[in-house]
Amino acid sequence: MKKVYVNEKWCLGCHLCEYYCAFANSGEKDMVKALTNLQIHPRIQIEEANGISFAVSCRHCDEPLCVKGCITGALTKKDGVIVIDKDKCVGCYTCILSCPYGAISHSETGAIQKCELCTKNAGGVPQCVKGCPNGAIVFEER
Amino acid sequence: MKYVIIGNSAAAAGAVEGIRSVDAESETVIISKEKYHMYSRPLISYYLCGKTDLLRMKYRPDDFYEKNGCTCLFGETAVKIDSVKKEVLLESGKAVSYDKLLVATGSNPFVPPFKGLEKVKDKHSFMSLDDALELEKSLGKDKKVLIVGAGLIGLKCAEGIKDRVAEITVIDLSERVLSSILDEEGSEMVKAHLEKNGINLILGHTVTEFTENGAVTDSGEKIDFDILVTAVGVRPNTSLLTDIGARANRGILTDSSMQTSIDGIYCAGDCCESDDVASGTSRVLALLPNAYRQGEAAGISMAGGNAEFSGAIPMNAIGFFGLHIITAGVYEGETCEKRSDGCYKKLFYKDNLLKGYIMIGDVEKAGIYTSLIRNKTPLSDIDFGLICEKPSLMAFSRKYRNEKLGGRIQ
Amino acid sequence: MPINFIYPDYEVVRDNTRCIRCRACERQCANGVHSYDPETNFLKSDESKCVNCHRCVSLCPTRALKIVRTPHTFKENANWNERAIEEIYMQANSGGVLLSSMGNPERYPVYWDKILINASQVTNPPIDPLREPMETRTFLGKKPSSVERNPDGSLKNNLPPQLELELPIMFSAMSYGSISYNAHESMARAAQALGTYYNTGEGGLHEDFYKYGKNTIVQVASGRFGVYNDYLNAGAAIEIKMGQGAKPGIGGHLPGTKIVGDIAKTRMIPEGSDAISPAPHHDIYSIEDLRQLVYSLKEATEYKKPVIVKVAAVHNIAAIASGIARSGADIIAIDGFRGGTGAAPTRIRDNVGIPIELALASVDTRLRDEGIRNSVSLVAGGSIRNSADVVKAIALGADAVYIATGALIALGCHLCRSCQTGNCNWGIATQKPELVRRLNPDIGYMRLVNLLTAWNHEIKELMGGMGINSIEALKGNRLMLRGVGLTAKELEILGISHAGE
Repeated sequence: MKKVYVNEKWCLGCHLCEYYCAFANSGEKDMVKALTNLQIHPRIQIEEANGISFAVSCRHCDEPLCVKGCITGALTKKDGVIVIDKDKCVGCYTCILSCPYGAISHSETGAIQKCELCTKNAGGVPQCVKGCPNGAIVFEER
Repeated sequence: MKYVIIGNSAAAAGAVEGIRSVDAESETVIISKEKYHMYSRPLISYYLCGKTDLLRMKYRPDDFYEKNGCTCLFGETAVKIDSVKKEVLLESGKAVSYDKLLVATGSNPFVPPFKGLEKVKDKHSFMSLDDALELEKSLGKDKKVLIVGAGLIGLKCAEGIKDRVAEITVIDLSERVLSSILDEEGSEMVKAHLEKNGINLILGHTVTEFTENGAVTDSGEKIDFDILVTAVGVRPNTSLLTDIGARANRGILTDSSMQTSIDGIYCAGDCCESDDVASGTSRVLALLPNAYRQGEAAGISMAGGNAEFSGAIPMNAIGFFGLHIITAGVYEGETCEKRSDGCYKKLFYKDNLLKGYIMIGDVEKAGIYTSLIRNKTPLSDIDFGLICEKPSLMAFSRKYRNEKLGGRIQ
Repeated sequence: MPINFIYPDYEVVRDNTRCIRCRACERQCANGVHSYDPETNFLKSDESKCVNCHRCVSLCPTRALKIVRTPHTFKENANWNERAIEEIYMQANSGGVLLSSMGNPERYPVYWDKILINASQVTNPPIDPLREPMETRTFLGKKPSSVERNPDGSLKNNLPPQLELELPIMFSAMSYGSISYNAHESMARAAQALGTYYNTGEGGLHEDFYKYGKNTIVQVASGRFGVYNDYLNAGAAIEIKMGQGAKPGIGGHLPGTKIVGDIAKTRMIPEGSDAISPAPHHDIYSIEDLRQLVYSLKEATEYKKPVIVKVAAVHNIAAIASGIARSGADIIAIDGFRGGTGAAPTRIRDNVGIPIELALASVDTRLRDEGIRNSVSLVAGGSIRNSADVVKAIALGADAVYIATGALIALGCHLCRSCQTGNCNWGIATQKPELVRRLNPDIGYMRLVNLLTAWNHEIKELMGGMGINSIEALKGNRLMLRGVGLTAKELEILGISHAGE
């Protein structure tokens, strides 16, 4: 299955992946309209310190602790992609407690949010990958 | 091969999915005294406050049993296991034969023998959906509620019904709220938050006597109530197994494949013990994530696959009125503390290992700490100063990140 | 603070109705032009630091940025123009030699743009390269003047060592140090994929790149940095650098601050020491001396590798080339005055040397006249901008061309001509790890491969139009060229007729 992989060697810390993620999940067609005056809350997030930077998003683990620990059954794995049913999620944050990568975060709606490989938005392919200027984020079969 | 599962909650779901990952065919029977489709018990407080409803509380989709080829015996209570005949006897008189049996009977509320408790008309426990539905019938805007127990269950109940009653008082013998999962500072913070949200707390006291609509505390204070909820503690339901001689402490003991001391009988969920990685002891860790993973390991093992359950630690993610709390592990060793506006964090470390942590308010990326405890990552392998500051993958080696995030190692 | 008289050349225009405050511009500008003011929630720009490299413009996700030339102006003066005045201010400020980089940007004639290419009509059929074979493979090196036979009558292989190019374009010398590791890796991998060559420049060969040796030309320059036996034998050919088009007559100076880590190791000089390339090779003061070096290098590599001598195009280039051809060199590379550099004194870059078109034509003519054209191959460099330039160069007499500036542009260079600052925002002319990282060779090499693959298609189309099906048949075929707007003298030197003739 194709997944998003990150190679920190090429990460520039430009944070554009975060903005493309926020845009892709905004439902808007225009980036300016979607993100103006918005504190973005993307599903992929850059960690950076001392000249090192890298993007972190859901690894779509083979043994997903978040799915196994989800108290509502809102997190499930469908065709290899871990997806969240925001309607079921009550925001208990057991998944945040469980994820070893810190790849799950809260959202404005109270439910949690996470990378779903742009399978639920109009992006089609992961927009962080498309927006990365330096090939530091790739979407490939390994 | 015929699999029988007693219980219909997270461990049972894990077991069914575990069995089906190995054996797509064989008969699987689920026995449950509750009549409901598999639902999530921790959601009952969310149900009462309207964050979820009976449809969305279903832990697995409607077609779960059908898709997984399960025969459901709901509303049936297992009363005895005959491990020689390999049968489960039901209260209704039926006997269900099995080749492999999973006991996932969970736990039951423990109600201490309070004086005069029998006089209280409107009293409730808060464990099951039935408990919640019963409680719901009693709720009313003019009602006063007394909850005995300021632990996870009692406080979640308080939050759940807050907007549906006139007044809530929570009493606990402990001086602190959530004393099982928080340290003093953490408890103080949560206490203040609960009080700010209109929950009356009486801590360090207990009820000495109940009357029909009142309670008297050990300090002589009288509390009037319309509804009483007891949430003092829970006890694992182990009798089915201890009756036939299965090894047990507080909970049933199993090997890492979740098999009990009786061949062919497995146990998972709140009724069994697991090896707590953080404390290095065997104890009951009544947590939904554990229950699922134990059930899954049991299911795979029952179906002949290889599965080991490991990496259990005490851990809790809970929130009250918008204040989130995540804790894990045990609180021993040296500490590292951070405080900021409305947030509190404390890490406990010993012998080059992270042993436990408490995060209140800002809980983002807490799982990174959890993984350090669970994997027993030597703190000397990571940048401990950085990880104390905030949970981050930055604190790990580049090699670790390359493996986990998928950078090509060149 | 004394008045410094310098007004910024550019303005950063930000459309605040488009800006989403992602701050990519701020994070990506190594010159510190952009900064975010949390109080006003606006991004500000300090245009005095802007070099107009377009990094911010290229990365801005909402195209909220553009860099424009400042309308700020001096009183109009055709003689004392802005640049002349500002340079005086700068030198009065600093007391120093003005430094610049890349090629001569001044308004000298670009002869490529005054030469037109022929096409077949009616009497000689054009060739469709999609349907018929078209050869762009080229061999560089000395060609034997006669067929020789062994006593038993069999053919004697008297062919000296050759470079085999799948297309008549190579990447010319840019040292590791002047450009980054990732830029080198991009070129090395592209050369390998394309079946051509890249050139180490004078900074030695990084140990990681020995594996690309079959597609590498190793350079020996006056500083002799990183030159030793394994280095000479690692490459497919050895180039002696006598001069460079961007700065003929002077050497180079890579300051000690840039001689760190792998650069010092590769150059084989102590960290922190200045890498000074003398203006002359101190052992070469004559063609005979050059011959000694050529043959020393051939000895060191057992006569298995062709030796290239690279010179800048200067006034009596034809005579110089004739001498080089007689020195034993297999290939002569001529670098025109628009060739690039990582740093050069501005006056030299802009006033020394001659155009490659004229130099190439005169050298080719001279070597033919002297009957020694076959004893060397000619490589022309110094601002080959596209496939038409390549075709024109070959028709003027080149065997192949060198490109460098073009390759860097493909890698992202925007010709901001600030290489000397070491702050290249595109990760090319810098050694700062956080900037070098911006050039991912996986992307870079593909862009180079794309560029030359595209050019090769175009070369085939242009050749096909002329009814020519091989580089060999195009070489020196000046009948295929016509000049426009050129004087009789220029046409004479170029050896071409005027359009209409």
